[in-house]
Order: sequence, then C-alpha cells, then structure tokens
Amino acid sequence: MLGRRTWIGLATVLALVAIWFLLTTVTGMVSGGRFPSPAEFWASFRQITGRGYAGGDLLQHALHSLKLVVMGFAVAVATGVPLGLWMGWSRKVEAAINPVFLVIRPIPPLAWIPLAILWLGLGDAAKIMVIWFSAFVPSVINSFTGVRTIDRPILEAARMLGTPRWRMVTEVIAPAAAPMIFTGLRLSLQASWTTLVAAELVGALVGVGFVLNMAQQDLYPGMILVGMVTVGMLGWGTTKLLAMAEQHALAWNVAARD
Amino acid sequence: MNGAPLRFLETVGWGTLGVVLFVGLWTFLAASGIVPRQFLPTPLDVIQRMLHLMTSPFAGATLPQHLASSFQRYAVGVLLAALVGVPLGLLMGWFRLLDDIVTPIFDGLRFIAPIAWVPFAALWFGTGIGGPVMIIFAGAFPPCLINAYRGARFVEPRLIEAARMLGTGNTRTILEILLPAATPSIVSGLRVSAGLGWQSLVGAELIVAAAGVGFMMVQAQANVATPTVMAGMIAIGIVGMIIDVLLRQGEGWLRRRRGLEA
Repeated sequence: MLGRRTWIGLATVLALVAIWFLLTTVTGMVSGGRFPSPAEFWASFRQITGRGYAGGDLLQHALHSLKLVVMGFAVAVATGVPLGLWMGWSRKVEAAINPVFLVIRPIPPLAWIPLAILWLGLGDAAKIMVIWFSAFVPSVINSFTGVRTIDRPILEAARMLGTPRWRMVTEVIAPAAAPMIFTGLRLSLQASWTTLVAAELVGALVGVGFVLNMAQQDLYPGMILVGMVTVGMLGWGTTKLLAMAEQHALAWNVAARD
Repeated sequence: MNGAPLRFLETVGWGTLGVVLFVGLWTFLAASGIVPRQFLPTPLDVIQRMLHLMTSPFAGATLPQHLASSFQRYAVGVLLAALVGVPLGLLMGWFRLLDDIVTPIFDGLRFIAPIAWVPFAALWFGTGIGGPVMIIFAGAFPPCLINAYRGARFVEPRLIEAARMLGTGNTRTILEILLPAATPSIVSGLRVSAGLGWQSLVGAELIVAAAGVGFMMVQAQANVATPTVMAGMIAIGIVGMIIDVLLRQGEGWLRRRRGLEA
C-alpha cells in the first residue's frame, strides 16, 4: 500500500509533465527557442545517443566526466582524510596548518579554475586539480571534527591498554571518526560535481559540461536539457553509491541505518 | 587527542611556522625559476599587481569597479533567494499538502549542480545581470528553503496547540508563531546561502558575464596574466570572508538576544 505522500508525489510529477506538454506543444506559450518540448527533448536524446553531439555520444561524455570526478574525489579523500585525522590527533599540527587553511579557505574552489587552466591547460589534469581543491576542504574539516569529538574514555582506555601507535590510528581513531568522515565525503562528492561542471563549462574538449557549453553556443534548448538531466543523474547515482558504501562500512553504527 | 591544549604562545609559534613555510616555499619556487615566473609570480608580485589594479583598469574596469558589479549581482541573487525561499519554506512547514507537492520537485532538482543552469540562464536572461543572478539564485535558494522549513516543522507543538485553541488563523499563526520560532534556523540558512551564492557568482562570472571579478580573471587567464588571476582570487577571498564574518556577527547577536547560547 503506497502512502499518501507517494501518491501526491506521483500526481505532482504527472501534473508537471502535463503542464510541460501543454505549455510547449499544445498552446505554444513557451517557444521552442526557450525551453524544449517533450518531443524536442526526446529527439535531442536520440541524437546524442545515436549519431553523437559535441564529438562523442552521451555515454562517452558521461563516462569521461564520471572518470574525472572519481579521480579528483579519490585524490582529495586520500590526502584530506589523513591530514584531517592528523590535525585532530596533534595540536601542534593543527596550530601549524590552521592559519594557512584560514588564508586559503575563503577562496571559492571555482575561483581556482582560471589558474588551473593557466598551469595545466584544458585537459584532464586541470580538472582533477580543481576537483581536488574543492573536495579536499570538506574531507579535512570533517575528519578533524570526527577525531575531536571522540569520547575521551575510549582513547584513555585504549592508551591504558598500551595500544601501539599504528593500531591506535587504524583500530580506534579512524573507526570512531568514521561517521563524521562520511559526512565529509558526501559534501566532498557534491563539491566535486559542481566544480567539474563549472570547469568543463569554462573550457573542455569532452564531457557533460562541454555538451552543455556547445548546446548553449548552438542555442539548442533540447540538448541543454539532456545535459542537465545527465548531470543530475550522475550526481544522484554517485551519491547513492556513496550512501551504500557508508551503510556497508558503518553497519555497526545505528545512526547510519535510518 | 594528544595532550592538553597548547598555550597561546605555542599556538602563535606553530601558526607562524606554518605560514612562513607556506609563503617561503611559494617565494622560493617562483623566485628561483623552478616554476617559470610567468606562471607562478612571487607573493610580492601579486600584491604589487593588486595595488596597481586598484587604480588602473583591466578588462574594462579597475578591481574595485569589477568587485562592485559582482557584488551588485550577488546581492540581488541572494535577496531573491531569501524572499522566495524563506516564505515558501514556512508555508511548506505549515501546509502538509504544499510540502507533499514541493518536496518531490525539490528532491529531483537537488542533484543538478547550480552551475549546470548556466546555459538556460544565458538563454533566458542574457549575460548582463539576469543570467548571473539566476545562477546565484540557484545556488543560494536551497538552504533558505530547507532551513525555514525545518525551523517551522520543529516548532514546539504546545505553542501551536495553544494558538489553535485560541482560534488563531493560518496567516497569524505563520507570521506570529512559526516565523519568530524559526528565526534562528532561518538565519543559519541565510549564512550558508550567502556562502554558496558567492561561490556560484564566481562560477557564473567565469562563464557568462561581461564584467565582474570572475570575468576579469578569465580575461587575465586568456592573456597569461597570472598575477592578475591571483589578485582576483585574493579579492574574491577577502570579500567572501568579510561577508561571512558580518553574518556570523549578526547570527551571534540574534542568538544572544533570543537568550540562546552564543
């Protein structure tokens, strides 16, 4: 039995599609030059999945963007989480790194795009650099907070039992900070997509952002909508994957289950 | 954590060490020529360039003029987001039906990065003021809506019951109970919105503007004027920080006035 919420949700979506059809196709109140009709949207979709658009088909563009996000995100997590844990563990490291952080953090990640293009050109390297920049900060901050909010008795007990340093990190600190770390990863992932799309819009040769850019220049609303839907689906899919990884990793944590 | 909090002098000492190492490494890489100076100017070069830009124009305007046109778009975008997002959030917190209708739409749009609206923004509103304003709106809108909604949903039920019993109407309940009770949550939402809006502004100006700091940076990038690009980054960082500090002050003042913890 479906709930009331689901029914209203379904009705809303159906109503929106009906309104879309009405405005663009039946009455023509919104012209095709501003927003595509369902038929135009479908035609654009067929074009990019068949003949291709902007130098490739949809799958090639989407996979390329996905690859860059995964790489940038992986580098950011691999560097950000250990740094955050270290800053959380050692007050000296925190005191040394915090001021540098305070200076760099107010600069929005997107503002690094021109510099990245200057340094590394329009290829993949520049995009990975900017994604790394944007995804790095949430990883560091949340890992740091995760360590700082561990219950003191847990640490004291581990220390009293003479846990060696390395096991202290892998078996006490990292698991205890894990829920906060995952919160950071979620924010990092979101930032990665925003940054990639922006970077590809500013300059690229392949990717969903590039599709959007070409469609904008060609004044091709159907393709713009295809590009936006693709961006949304990719963002949704990767977020779901991360949530599954979180549930798997934090099966012991009740808070992660709801 | 390892040991007790550091003493003040220790904190300053380690902090200075961090900054000196950072600036030292930067200067060394640039001045020694390991990285070509054209691509990595020294910190001093950047500061000189910034002072120069204060009075002499680049890409059609001086740095303060670019900042002014950026800020104008930014203010309009964030204001619009607050004016639409906050009332809609409050109404959704009060009327269940509206909540059930808007939530699926909102959830569907949530995964589209605000910056992906750029092509439609340019198509619908052009690249002058309208296009960038729409991108800023797309970035700043969600926190306004979500926080107003949460604030209104988690109002103490006894307050609402009392109002109901006394026969208070919908409008007065929303304006005189939900709005004041949700204010702390709304204000935190506005602060998040302001930050995201500033970020979206930079993205929008890199792509679709004909003036503003982002536009200046793209022009500088095309001319391989690295010091100007970096000067733009610093200017954006400083203005963003000032906005954040002011809003934090405002939020703290409001919380103290409401008798909440500072």
